[in-house]
Amino acid sequence: MPKNETVAQLGLDDYKYDFRTEDKPVYKAQKGLSEEVVRQISSHKGEPQWMLDFRLKALDIFNSKPMPDWGGDLSTLNLDEIYFYLRPQDRMERSWDDVPDDIKNTFERLGIPEAERNILAGVGAQFESEMVYHSLKEEWTEQGIIFESIEDGLKLYPEIFREYFATIVPPGDNKFAALNSAVWSGGSFVYIPKGVKVDIPLQAYFRVNAEQMGQFERTLIIVEEGAQAHYIEGCTAPMYSTESFHSGVIEIVVKPNARFRYTTIQNWSSNMYNLVTQRAMVHENANMEWLDGNLGSKLTMKYPSCFLVGEGAHGEILSIAYAGDGQHQDTGGKVIHAAPNTTSMIVSKSISKGTGRSSYRGLCKVYEGAVGSKSNVECDALLMNDTSRTDTYPYIEIDENQSSIGHEASVSKVGEEQLFYLMSRGLSEAEAMTMVVRGFIEPIAKELPLEYAIELNRLIELEMEGSVG
Amino acid sequence: MSEYLLEIKDLHARVEDQETDILKGVDLVIRPGELHALMGPNGSGKSTLAKVIAGHPGYEVTGGEVLLNGEDILDMEPDERSRAGVFLAFQYPAEIPGVSISNFLRTAVNARRGEEEGDIGVLDFQQQLTRKLELLKVDKSFASRHVNDGFSGGEKKRNEILQMAMLEPLMAVLDETDSGLDIDALRIVADGVNTLRDEHTGMGVLMITHYKRILEYLEPDHVHVMMNGKIAQSGGPELADQLEEMGYDWLDEPEPAPVG
Repeated sequence: MPKNETVAQLGLDDYKYDFRTEDKPVYKAQKGLSEEVVRQISSHKGEPQWMLDFRLKALDIFNSKPMPDWGGDLSTLNLDEIYFYLRPQDRMERSWDDVPDDIKNTFERLGIPEAERNILAGVGAQFESEMVYHSLKEEWTEQGIIFESIEDGLKLYPEIFREYFATIVPPGDNKFAALNSAVWSGGSFVYIPKGVKVDIPLQAYFRVNAEQMGQFERTLIIVEEGAQAHYIEGCTAPMYSTESFHSGVIEIVVKPNARFRYTTIQNWSSNMYNLVTQRAMVHENANMEWLDGNLGSKLTMKYPSCFLVGEGAHGEILSIAYAGDGQHQDTGGKVIHAAPNTTSMIVSKSISKGTGRSSYRGLCKVYEGAVGSKSNVECDALLMNDTSRTDTYPYIEIDENQSSIGHEASVSKVGEEQLFYLMSRGLSEAEAMTMVVRGFIEPIAKELPLEYAIELNRLIELEMEGSVG
Repeated sequence: MSEYLLEIKDLHARVEDQETDILKGVDLVIRPGELHALMGPNGSGKSTLAKVIAGHPGYEVTGGEVLLNGEDILDMEPDERSRAGVFLAFQYPAEIPGVSISNFLRTAVNARRGEEEGDIGVLDFQQQLTRKLELLKVDKSFASRHVNDGFSGGEKKRNEILQMAMLEPLMAVLDETDSGLDIDALRIVADGVNTLRDEHTGMGVLMITHYKRILEYLEPDHVHVMMNGKIAQSGGPELADQLEEMGYDWLDEPEPAPVG
């Protein structure tokens, strides 16, 4: 029985893993990236020729680009050992017993319902919220709202799809955008028609099934003029996957006078490399908000971006990063002012604990002619220990005099005086640390939907308990 | 059961890793319901005493005992002492950005409730909080502000008394709660403490102060003067008057001055 070598490399030695014997012909999962793998993906999805051509071209671009020499340490990421495509039925059947204890414990402590635990651990198949999705879908279809898998988006709405796909993040943008463009599988296709306001958040979670948990998901979201919606991806509960590499691309276009918010909370297990390209094109008087919570993974490199291409456009990036022992969060945001009277704001709050390292990396670029642009960046870091680390890499490129740019940064430690003050009121040391950390992220946490905020709070409590020796 | 609420015996303490003691043998007893004033020049160790009673980690006790209802509290962590009934109103209260006073108070109240009791009910807590805010003549909006964040000196001190009201301690130590306050603010703080004393007649108060002013609103049962890390003189309220007239110098003698 072939063993999953990636797993052994990661030192998950007592992790066992049975292949289900397939007597179906033809397809065989293989490691590494090659033209053959890309062709397999396209053929198994029944894609039109243009998409296959697109994928192959992206593969060439990927091969021609070097690995980035900035950001986190990618030296131990071995792409030859990764499975770049696994069909749902090939996904290794695992049992609940194989899921690591600390993941199980966290589910327990967070009070995650049984059914959900299977999905989060990559063990299960169907799931109650599929039914929620289906009933909501009827309502949405009436309003003309489209919320499908990315594959179905291509199949059912080829014209809209082709009009926007890869126009916001072209494959040549960066090596991992090229990779995703070649092997993308799974993700969402969302279309909000003119003037339609969607009250409840669209949740990727609704549509979770084995495929959705893909490593190379691609999401395309089109928000027409005057429309309004909120999309939530991910969850605070730890996501466990034996696949150790997640490289996604999210493209969003926000048309004039439209408003959109994209919320991500990621808590990947500590073996995961998480490299994501997220970008939104924001047109006249439109409003785009990225709410980005990075709690897990071994290394995350992610810089949600707003390209303000229409006059009066506004973009915001609110980012929380938590780096515990052995974690590196290299996150932040980019705002590009390419039109007059555009405004932007980046607020980044990062916490480093133990040997964790959180880095803010951000870009504020103002093109000539983007008269009257205003941008403000605030990045705050909280260090919990003497060993934790934070860095700031702000890039500011201003080519327009008539603009106003501000950047503030602060680093603080959880103070002995703060802790003593709280403890003198009866809070234990762990409770006191939790309270200080919650207060630190409050400006961003209060923007989260209530269930997420509650879970986030509980997660922090768990982390702080662990930090008190 | 000890007759004393708080008993400090020959207490010696220093700043951690320093060579010399700041407290050089403090002896003090407080009975339930009593209000004691502690005065003395800067550097005499008054604030240090307050912090050592509360268990500040920056200080090291090098001798002596501090007993709360007969139990030595020096081995207890600050949070244990708080739950045992000690309360310190800080001279310079810390700021906790992003945390509302209401949230903070609820957590503190829950921290001292037993396992079986469980957390305080939302309605119960709101009622209690509203009552105490009214008692202390503080506007309801105060509770949603972030703890001490951007507060004026007077607001910080008022917040300390609000916490005292919600936590209902057995033994309250007020570290220069009157400093930096104008007459109106002073009166409000004093009224607050008096009201709490009326409600909880067994509560003991050790009030550290520089000025006689507050003693006009909060009449002490006993006044002590601290000099060079020890209690140099103890007496009734009239001692405060003597100090005001004569300053601290007359106490700086090998023999303690006769008490009237």
